[in-house]
Amino acid sequence: MAEADATAEAARAPIRRRRLPLAWLGLVPFIAFALLFLILPTLQIVTGAFRNPTGEFTLANIANLFTPSILSAYWISIRISVASAFFGCLIGFLMAVGITIGGLPSWIRSPLLTFSGVASQFAGVPLAFAFLAAFGRLGLVTLILRDWFGVNIYAMGFNILSFGGLTLTYLFFQIPLMILIITPALDGLKREWREAAEILGASNFQYWRMVALPILWPSLLGTFALLFANSFGAVATAYALTGSSLSIVPILLFAQIRGDVLQDPHLGYALAFGMIVVTGVANFIYIWFRTRSERWLR
Amino acid sequence: MKGSRFWSWLFLALGVVYFVLPLIGTLDFSLRMRRGVYSLDAYWAVLSDPRFQQTFTFSVMMALATIAVGVLLVVPTAYWVRLKLPRMQPMLEFVTLLPLVIPAIVIVFGYIRLYNTSSWLPLTGSTFGTNLLLVFGYTTLALPYMYRAVDTGLRTIDVRTLTEAAQSLGAGWVTIMARIILPNVLVAVLSGAFLTFAIVIGEFTMAALLNRPAFGPYLQLIGANRAYEPAALAVIAFAITWACMALIQLVSRFSPNPGARR
Repeated sequence: MAEADATAEAARAPIRRRRLPLAWLGLVPFIAFALLFLILPTLQIVTGAFRNPTGEFTLANIANLFTPSILSAYWISIRISVASAFFGCLIGFLMAVGITIGGLPSWIRSPLLTFSGVASQFAGVPLAFAFLAAFGRLGLVTLILRDWFGVNIYAMGFNILSFGGLTLTYLFFQIPLMILIITPALDGLKREWREAAEILGASNFQYWRMVALPILWPSLLGTFALLFANSFGAVATAYALTGSSLSIVPILLFAQIRGDVLQDPHLGYALAFGMIVVTGVANFIYIWFRTRSERWLR
Repeated sequence: MKGSRFWSWLFLALGVVYFVLPLIGTLDFSLRMRRGVYSLDAYWAVLSDPRFQQTFTFSVMMALATIAVGVLLVVPTAYWVRLKLPRMQPMLEFVTLLPLVIPAIVIVFGYIRLYNTSSWLPLTGSTFGTNLLLVFGYTTLALPYMYRAVDTGLRTIDVRTLTEAAQSLGAGWVTIMARIILPNVLVAVLSGAFLTFAIVIGEFTMAALLNRPAFGPYLQLIGANRAYEPAALAVIAFAITWACMALIQLVSRFSPNPGARR
């Protein structure tokens, strides 16, 4: 009705105003879709986290998160995400430096970037299979290390179904994502900056410490936050790798949705709300740092 | 500079070893089903499994439907915002980023609570409704990639001039969309479509929680119960992802305007 009124009113209005209300109509399908399948479902979770089964406001669900088993699930999730984001950033950065300003031949760059595009999307169940086949108890790498080098990684305490194993697996999509994001930033480092630093007598180390890293710092921290959020929300890889033996938050939530293992759907809401908060903060940091880094890298 | 080149080679070599070993390990494992010799037995076992054929077909259908919904939703919206509402651009960018912020498991949890059988829109009550919900869920997951691909494509063409030229020749909105805009951003749309395909084909979380017989949950089931077949499936899945990325590169190369290359 409001739209019909607006149209009728626009018809009477002067010509220059006629298009104003109509232009909004073009966004209606998209807004309706975003509301129905993205915003409202998320709001349902957020409001559910603050309600008890009879619909009254409560903080009890949030308070119930602070039990040892749930806190430890968040803690191990955060540790895995920090570790995989840190090593993903470090290794991805070193590889990206190699193909941009590190002096590697230019024919390496394009295949590496293409491969990064593939590997950054190669998450989920098949990735877990690949790492089981390589680093599992009878995996190729495990056997090669044992038979050729006499190193039994399982006797040394390594287990693919653990903190270290999951971090190692996540790196398979974290490193390529870092390469894809940081390569344009490294391309933005101007040759003149390096030459100016060298003319002023800076060593290679001084150039990195005083020029390049301060400029790249926002990009690096921002990408770290993005990689953190990326692994924090990952379910499929962890579930296919460990079943439910490793209690990280996404798996706890998965089990909760499937079979109500917590015996309280509203605790599930709170669990999901906690995930939104963690990934939301991480992404906010990413966006904030990215706008800062764009000042330099134009 | 010589020193830094040495380190570059070293890090690249370490990275290549890390990325190649799991793939070789998987390939090697997938060929070992018959004791003592390499064989393709695991692949035959997988490919002749009727559940593989059913779930794979189902996921391909879901992917095609997702691409159709995504294109119909994103292309007109991105075009319209560029033409008429440029001030809404940041809003659109923010909304299309949200699926990267909110984990898929949380979104699907919301679906289950919001569209259950006792709600105002009981989509999960019927098979068709659940499939529809799954397609919309996948569209949401692919939204960041689809929107960015289409937006990159639109940036390389002069939307306003093309629209006014078409209008002065008497074209309506549908004609403009179908015969002017879509062909001009086709390369970008195809990139988005192949990426969507790669995401949807092995997706696990949403399909599993909505209880649909998709390829992802089938992979997980086989992984929990078999030894050699999972490795063969991982090789197949990797080949599909690789094929999608290769197709993106291929269509970008045939792009009429080089600016649209990614």
